[in-house]
Amino acid sequence: MTGPAHIFDKPNRYIGQPEPRADAARLLQGRGRFVDDEKLPRMVHAAFVRSPHAHAKILSVDTEDALSATGVIAIYTGADLAEHVTPYIGTLTHLTGLRSAPQHPLAMDVARWQGEPVVMVVATSRALAEDACELVDVDYDELPAAVNSETALDADTPVIHPEFGSNLAWERDVIAGDIDAAFAAPGVHVIEREFRFGRHTGVTLESRGTLCEYDPSEDQLTVYYSGQAPHMMQVIFSKHLGLPEENVRVISNDVGGSFGIKIHTYGDEIATAAAAKLLRRPVKFIADRFESFVTDIHARDHIVKAKMGITEAGTIVGIDFDDLTGIGPFSMYPRTSAIECNQVLNLTGAPYVMENYRAKGRVVFQNKTLMCQYRAVGHPIAMAIADGLLEDAARKIGMDPVALRELNLMADDSYPRTSATGMKLDDLSHKRALRKLTEIMDYQGLRADQTEARKDGIYRGIGFVSMVEVTNPSPMFYGIGGAPIASQDGATVRLDAGGALHVSSSITEQGQGTNAILAQIAAGVFGIALNRVKVTTGDTATTPYGGGTWASRGAGIGGEAMLLAAQALKDQVLDVAGVMLQTGVEKLDIRDGAVTDLDGKERLPLADLARTVYYRGNELPNDLNPELIATRHYRVTDFPFVFTNGAMAAHVEVDTETGFVKVLHFWAVEDCGRVINPLLVDEQIRGGVVQGIGGALYEECHYSPDGQFLNATMADYMVPMASEMPDITIAHIETPTKTSVLGAKGAGEAGTGGAPAAILNAVNDALSPMGASIWQMPMTPERILTMLDNAAE
Amino acid sequence: MSRSIDIKLRVNGEDVGATVPARLNLVDFLREELCLTGSHVGCEHGVCGACTLTVDGDTVRGCLMLATQANGKEVTTIEGLADSGQSTALQAAFTKRNALQCGFCTPGMLASALGYVNAGGAADRDAIRQHISGNYCRCTGYQSIVDAICDVIKETRT
Repeated sequence: MTGPAHIFDKPNRYIGQPEPRADAARLLQGRGRFVDDEKLPRMVHAAFVRSPHAHAKILSVDTEDALSATGVIAIYTGADLAEHVTPYIGTLTHLTGLRSAPQHPLAMDVARWQGEPVVMVVATSRALAEDACELVDVDYDELPAAVNSETALDADTPVIHPEFGSNLAWERDVIAGDIDAAFAAPGVHVIEREFRFGRHTGVTLESRGTLCEYDPSEDQLTVYYSGQAPHMMQVIFSKHLGLPEENVRVISNDVGGSFGIKIHTYGDEIATAAAAKLLRRPVKFIADRFESFVTDIHARDHIVKAKMGITEAGTIVGIDFDDLTGIGPFSMYPRTSAIECNQVLNLTGAPYVMENYRAKGRVVFQNKTLMCQYRAVGHPIAMAIADGLLEDAARKIGMDPVALRELNLMADDSYPRTSATGMKLDDLSHKRALRKLTEIMDYQGLRADQTEARKDGIYRGIGFVSMVEVTNPSPMFYGIGGAPIASQDGATVRLDAGGALHVSSSITEQGQGTNAILAQIAAGVFGIALNRVKVTTGDTATTPYGGGTWASRGAGIGGEAMLLAAQALKDQVLDVAGVMLQTGVEKLDIRDGAVTDLDGKERLPLADLARTVYYRGNELPNDLNPELIATRHYRVTDFPFVFTNGAMAAHVEVDTETGFVKVLHFWAVEDCGRVINPLLVDEQIRGGVVQGIGGALYEECHYSPDGQFLNATMADYMVPMASEMPDITIAHIETPTKTSVLGAKGAGEAGTGGAPAAILNAVNDALSPMGASIWQMPMTPERILTMLDNAAE
Repeated sequence: MSRSIDIKLRVNGEDVGATVPARLNLVDFLREELCLTGSHVGCEHGVCGACTLTVDGDTVRGCLMLATQANGKEVTTIEGLADSGQSTALQAAFTKRNALQCGFCTPGMLASALGYVNAGGAADRDAIRQHISGNYCRCTGYQSIVDAICDVIKETRT
């Protein structure tokens, strides 16, 4: 069921090969083109005065001194830009009941988080713009802030949007079976824990930024955009700046990391576009690191009270949990800030056979930076709840955690089926993945080592996770709710006169190797050397229309469109070759850049064919209309998402004197369907694991009780560094998805989704001899020592 | 506003003279005035390592040094390392190992790696991990970078 074998087995079989990326050489020579590398004639620079308060009424703004400062071109307040930019609201109709207030690029009467842009200064250099920001005098009346999500719904907490009557943004209940009866049944143990997941953020090494150019002669806005979804942004700029969609061009050249951070509507970027339009000249805004910390979307911030019921024999009877998540003062536009909670409700326990399920999610407003979709949306929470409770239950009933998983994981031959929450599942391999994992990690050897080490007072732990990942989303993810976000993608492939292919696609590149896999697919399917394929992505003016790269969809959706286009072009070229060679097309193939017989004997180089078509059409019959270009689009139709699965394990050592956790090794067995390029996917999974370890052990946005972000510098906010990261062993199981010929599912978020649960379980395994356990991330030394102290008392 | 100072320096083998604001840091000077955009700015306070470059043979942070402090000195950026062939072996190894994704940290990472290799650093994974811990990478798991540096050391010393 994986499509015609010849696509994957013939010469030029690049699909599945560890081909190095063509664009690596460019980046390694310092020839990347990131937004801040662009310079345009008459370009000026923006800087922002941002609210120093988490919640404050803006009484007045005095820009008089700033306006006369050196180099200042213009200054805009919220009211100034509101005349030119329509407000936006981060709600979608399929998230029933979700509410959020209108947002403006700059705060109007009230600032609702520390860092919210209030005044924009445009000057001839960024330094001069910042100098002038110092001279802007904003008079604030500081208001009490709603900071803590746990008290956000209390009667005496300030309501951020009074028109709503409370700080509740959204809530949803999911119920399957009868959880109360299942837990009350004789012989069922109920494990109960409270999980806390700190706020963290993406810390893309290239900060957010934009360069906007407006040409009034054509009413044309060109936006150089560091992000993932150019067509989505085209609609947003068009809609809110009042420009025809076709007059907005969004270009993404190199993007220095995104991870879901750069796929949202940020006021400072919209303001930059508005300023470019008003000033009729290019305006650049590049966030500095402080601005990134206080305005890039944050992630997680969940408090979950969860229970799992399990029989003495080890059968999971159900999960019951309550998830409370804080999203800042608005739901982010246009993807909304309810998706993460929704994912937690949908995905918890999805690898396991389970009859009974009850989940409550509540999403609340607070005066902190906005929270939205960051890599592995909801997954780290969902996986940590189910697999954290599972390993806790294993300890409770004295069963090995691998054996307990074996008992409860869905069987590999049981698909298609649905999860307890109704998710449609197919082509998964949980049991094979777990078995492969225990083999490659030498599980029994590690357990023996653990026992020996404990005798010497060394506390090592082994922790697992069996996980699913949502990939290749269909229109059910965003489009159904009214978001201007394409779920289909397109690919165009053109045979040029020299016999090379030129490919363009609507999926985008942020370092994953998008361009590389598009070339591999096109070359392999069409039949040409890889180095004769050139790729264009990231430009709304020149690529097919599509969604871009997010939700682990690039390879699975954009890759399939590429495969279909390459196959179509091949058919078209063979039609021409058949006429030129007076041979039936069924007797011809394309290999190594030439039309061949089926046995591979060369008949006609592609350059000869193309030159004849382009230059000497007089040699062709008049009724032959050669088309040496093909475009195809693809969307997922039968499933809301295509799930992948994986099994991961962490080996850690906890220093019980200092509380430090050393990750000794990490293993990941991933089933992302057909692997297009193992060299690229392996390191992408490793990078995902490292971000997951970051969330589990280090990364946290600390806030004071009055809503001040306390560690908004790279020196104070800890991201994983090379010296503390382990080597990570990757292995694959390939169960191609039946939804496409290519058979590829996503892989980009698996590590980030699974690693936190594996690390949590490993730490708790290490702590178990002391009777201690920890259920809060990041698991900092201080928190671990506190748990050890509590256990000792 | 800020005072201006005349400076003369060599950048990637070329003599450069400029009048710069005293407060201008070196990496901004290289990027804005000389259009050497290969050096990247990630944090502007010496933590992330994206602006790592070479001044008189020493590996330094371009954001922690003022342009005026480079007066009379020899500066080599990623463009210079690439064009002079100094980083050829590392570039090949980074490509082969896919030791980069978005490429934003890469010029700085390469400069740090070159400093390690040129100083005679061993193909010792822990030592390499320690050495490059001043260079953040958010995309890879660092493992491919360590592999690539090990490859170069092994290849050049056998």
